[in-house]
Parts: sequence; C-alpha cells; structure tokens
Amino acid sequence: MRLGRVFDDRTRKAVTSTVYKRTRDVKGAIFRTLLQVALLVALLVLAVLLVDTVLDGWSVLDGRLGDFLAGGLRSQSGDPELGVFQGIRGSLWIAVFVIVLAFPLGIGAAIYLEEYAPRSRLTSFIELNIRNLAGVPSVVYGLLGLAIFVRGLEDITGGKSVTAAGITLAVLVLPIVIITSSEAIRAVPGALREAGYGAGATKWEVIRTQILPYAAPGILTGTLLSLSRAIGEAAPLILVGAVTGFLGGQSGLLDVTQLQERFTAMPIVITRWVQQSGRDGGFATAAAAAIVVMLVVVLLLNSAAIFLRNHFEKKR
Amino acid sequence: MTAVTDATAAAESEAFPPDVVFRVKDLDCYYGSHRAVRYVTMDVREREITAMIGPSGCGKTTVLRCFNRMNDLIEGARATGTLLFRGVNLYDSRVDPVEVRRRVGMVFQKPNPFPKSIFDNVAYGPRIAGAVPKRELPDIVEASLRRAALFDEVKDRLKDSAIGLSGGQQQRLCIARAIATSPDVLLMDEPCSALDPISTAHIEELMHTLKEEYTIVIVTHNMQQAARISDRTAFYTAEVDSETNVRYGLLVEFDTTEKIFSNPSDERTENYVTGRFG
Ligand SMILES: Nc1ncnc2c1ncn2[C@@H]1O[C@H](COP(=O)(O)OP(=O)(O)OP(=O)(O)O)[C@@H](O)[C@H]1O
Ligand SMILES: [Mg+2]
Repeated sequence: MRLGRVFDDRTRKAVTSTVYKRTRDVKGAIFRTLLQVALLVALLVLAVLLVDTVLDGWSVLDGRLGDFLAGGLRSQSGDPELGVFQGIRGSLWIAVFVIVLAFPLGIGAAIYLEEYAPRSRLTSFIELNIRNLAGVPSVVYGLLGLAIFVRGLEDITGGKSVTAAGITLAVLVLPIVIITSSEAIRAVPGALREAGYGAGATKWEVIRTQILPYAAPGILTGTLLSLSRAIGEAAPLILVGAVTGFLGGQSGLLDVTQLQERFTAMPIVITRWVQQSGRDGGFATAAAAAIVVMLVVVLLLNSAAIFLRNHFEKKR
Repeated sequence: MTAVTDATAAAESEAFPPDVVFRVKDLDCYYGSHRAVRYVTMDVREREITAMIGPSGCGKTTVLRCFNRMNDLIEGARATGTLLFRGVNLYDSRVDPVEVRRRVGMVFQKPNPFPKSIFDNVAYGPRIAGAVPKRELPDIVEASLRRAALFDEVKDRLKDSAIGLSGGQQQRLCIARAIATSPDVLLMDEPCSALDPISTAHIEELMHTLKEEYTIVIVTHNMQQAARISDRTAFYTAEVDSETNVRYGLLVEFDTTEKIFSNPSDERTENYVTGRFG
C-alpha cells in the first residue's frame, strides 16, 4: 500500500514535469509577431490614407455633398455645379458591362475548362495563356479597346463611348474571373462529384446541383473583386477616350441613349482633378472628396458581395 | 471493355440465365498502364447477397466500381474482359452510364453526404430522376430513412444539414439515399466500417429485407459479417508480379459462402478466413 503511494506520486511527478512544460516554440512566436506587425502596418497605412483623404475633402463632403454628387465636370473648382455625377454614372455603366459580359462568359469558360475540356496539351496551353493574360498591363487592354471597340466596331459602340469602355474593361477582367472561378470549382471535393454521379445524376445535374452551389461563394468573391478592379482602372479608359475636361449633357443615371455618347468615369475624374490642383487648389479638395465617394461605392459593392456570399454559404 | 463484340454479346444473352445479374469473365482493371486487378470471373445472382472479401488494396473497390461504371470518372481507368449486366455488355458504347447508375445504386467506402439538408440528400435521386410527384417525396424520404435505421434519430431535424451528422449517421444517410431511387442492384463498399454494432445489425437486417427485391454486392472486412449475411463470397488477394515486381489484386476463389468459410478449395482462402493470413 505504502509502496504503491510512493510509486504513484513519483509517476505523477514525472508526468506533470513533462506535460506541464511550456513547449518553447520560439520560431513560432517570432513568426507570429512578424505576421501581426505586417497586418498592423497594412492597417495603419490604410487608416492614415483614409483619414487624410477624408480631412482633405471635408469642406466639400460637409458643405455641399448633395450638389457635389449631382454636379459635373467643370473648369473652375469654385463652380457650384462641379461634381462627380457623370463620373459615377460612367463607372456604374462600366460595372453593368462587366457584370453582364465578363461574369457569365468567365464563369462559363471556367466551368468548361474544369468540367468538360479534355485534359490535353491544348487545354493546358489555353489555361497557361489565360494566366498570362491576367498579368498583362491594363494599358495594353486600353490599346486593344481603342483598336477594336472604338475604331473597329464604331458603328455599334459609337466610338469613344461608355459602351467601348465597358466592353474593354470586361475583357480586362475576364481572365481574372476565369481563373478565380476555376480555382473555386477545382476546390469542390471529389467525393461530392462521385456522390452525385453515384445517385444517377448526369454531368449537367452534378454541375448544377452540386458543383456550382459549392463553388458559388468562391466564384462570387473572385468575380466581385474583379469588379472592384474594373471600377478602379484609369489607364485603359484614357486610351478609349474618357472625357477629362468639360462634359456637357446631363442625361439621367439609367438613360440608355448615353451608351453611345462621350463619357467619363470616377478614376478619370479623380486623376484629372489631381492634375488640375496645381493650377487651382480647390481641385485638390474636390479630388479628395471624389476619392471618398468612390471608396464608398466600392465598399457598398463589396458588402453586397459579402452578403451574397454568406447567403450562398448558408445554402450550400 | 473492348473484348466483347456485339456478336458474342448476342450469343451470350441467348443463353443468359435469367437469374444472373452480373456476369464477369476474365475482367482486368487498369489505372493508366497499371493492371491493378486481374482474372476476375464471377456471377452475381439475383436476390442474393454477394460478398467480396480480401486484404486491403486487393482491388475490391475497383471491381465494385466497374459494376456501375463509376470508374469512368477516374482519369485513365479502364477495364478489359467481359462484364455483362443482365446480358448486356456494360461497356458497350451505346450504354448510358447515367442510366446504369440509376439502376445500380452505390454506397461508397467513405460517407459522402451532400452538403444539403437530410431531406434533400435522400430526395436527391428521386428528384433528378423526375419519376415521382413532389407530394410523394416526404413518404419516400421517410421510408428510405426508416429502412436505413436512421429515421428515429433524425426525424425532428430533416431540414438540418447532413454535415452535422456523426460519421455513422452519415453512412446510413448515404444508404438511405442509395435506396430512395429503388435501384435493381445495390453496391455497398464497406457500409458498416464506421458503425456501432447496433447500427450494423440494423443494416444487416436491412440487407436481409432488401434481398427479397434487390440484388446486393457488398465489400466487407468483417469476416463474420460476410459469413452471416452473404450467399456467395468472392475472395480476392494481392500478389506481386514476379516479372515486373508490381503488386496487383486478383480473384482467388468464388463460391457459396458456406463453401468459402468451411471448406475452401484454395489454401490462400483458407488461410485468410481462418485468420492465418500474411
Ligand atoms: N484512383 C486510383 N488511381 C490509381 N490507382 C488506384 C486508384 N484506386 C485504386 N488504385 C489501386 O488499385 C489497387 C486496388 O485498390 P482498391 O481501392 O480497389 O483496393 P481495396 O481492395 O478496395 O482496398 P481497401 O480494402 O483498402 O479498400 C491498389 O493497388 C490501388 O493502389
Ligand atoms: Mg476499398
């Protein structure tokens, strides 16, 4: 009895001395700190930028936000009709083109590549090229847009119009949409496919009822990020002829006649105003205010994306 | 499956015994250039339970997946030899694998429920087959879940996701999903390996009931289970090819379960069923 107790105590001590020991994962701790610093730096930079921009644009945002949202491009910063309405309108139309053209085409191409295309050299060659296309500088897409959609298809697009710009940006983000959608489809577990086929489903039924619902959140995240990218692009728009100076005609937000007319977009408005701020300091304030407006638009779009993604995630 | 020409298939079907569901003759299964399973010759008879036993990696799953052409989904997988389903060459170019899978249901080795509600899982097959009116679905779902010995555990949460079920419950859900379409044949790949003895007994009971209408092929590592429930048993083993040094699976012996377990013809079978394997 007595011996047993001593033995028990010794065993317990031996066990506690090993399991109570804090594993000294020094490398892990250092790495973790580095990661936290990285995150902190990124957030700080973002916060400083945001606060600075809001402060710069505050007199406009606080003083005449309504007029600013309704106004247009003017040559004097003191003009009471100076505003971003035309820019927002152009950007929203571009978004519509991207959603209507790039999303279905891109997602469709991804489904084809992942589910239908034979695993051949040709397929991997095509995939490789799509990846390369995603890395091509946006100016090149601007040149392409100028050659094909502005000049070549002038009869349809009306030349330097929001239609030409929208199609150009849709083409620009198409590879990104294809790649992110492919990635999401590839992440669908093989067991899920087998379960679908095993239950007697056809290929299309498996795609529609299993693969797409499962991949939907991933596809959505990727495509909406590409939409943000399209809205933020300035370089290709300059090449396809976005207006930087005065833009007359105040057609409404959804007026389709404007599709073939000259246009401008938020990034162009901002770039232009920043350029003009050297001559006329009031434009600096207007540019800052325009940036804030654009950020809000993009944030709204992203919130919509997150909302939709959560919705799909719950459903899957 | 190239070896079967229409002429031989026609000749076969003339003399084809009506109670043979699958006739397998000299079937070889390949993964790419690897001839993974060889010399499979066996008949699966109607309203019987046919068990396939053997050590891990001997090709039981591979052969089972030929029976409903699931191996079509694996890149590079193919089979040569004869595989007739009720007299029809299963690998004939005119055969639609989707139709085959509707008639030959499958329960996989790993539970693979859809990330949908329990109800939708079971209703999936009947829905896509489109053969039943919508209002009959709840009855079909309940009946299938009852037969799979799962209904009482999930009856209050049919709308919940199937992913929240335990592993054993998921496997029974997969069984319910497979029988919801009333297939001719049910292929079961180790359906009880994740189940407790009570659920296992339920499933074995289910197989006994199903046997009155269906034909069942089951892969199992549980020798007692094979001995208890099956009418015929196929014993597979793995051997190393003396020339190429690759491991392959082969069918050693196929006979009535009684014979396999009491008086097998092959020494390898005897060693395995008496536990003296390896
Ligand atoms: N998808 C695959 N690709 C390549 N080889 C495979 C594939 N699936 C199985 N094999 C090979 O085929 C052989 C038989 O495998 P199989 O899964 O049929 O064995 P099993 O008898 O079902 O084993 P277990 O009892 O462990 O499930 C093994 O050598 C395996 O490596
Ligand atoms: Mg197996």
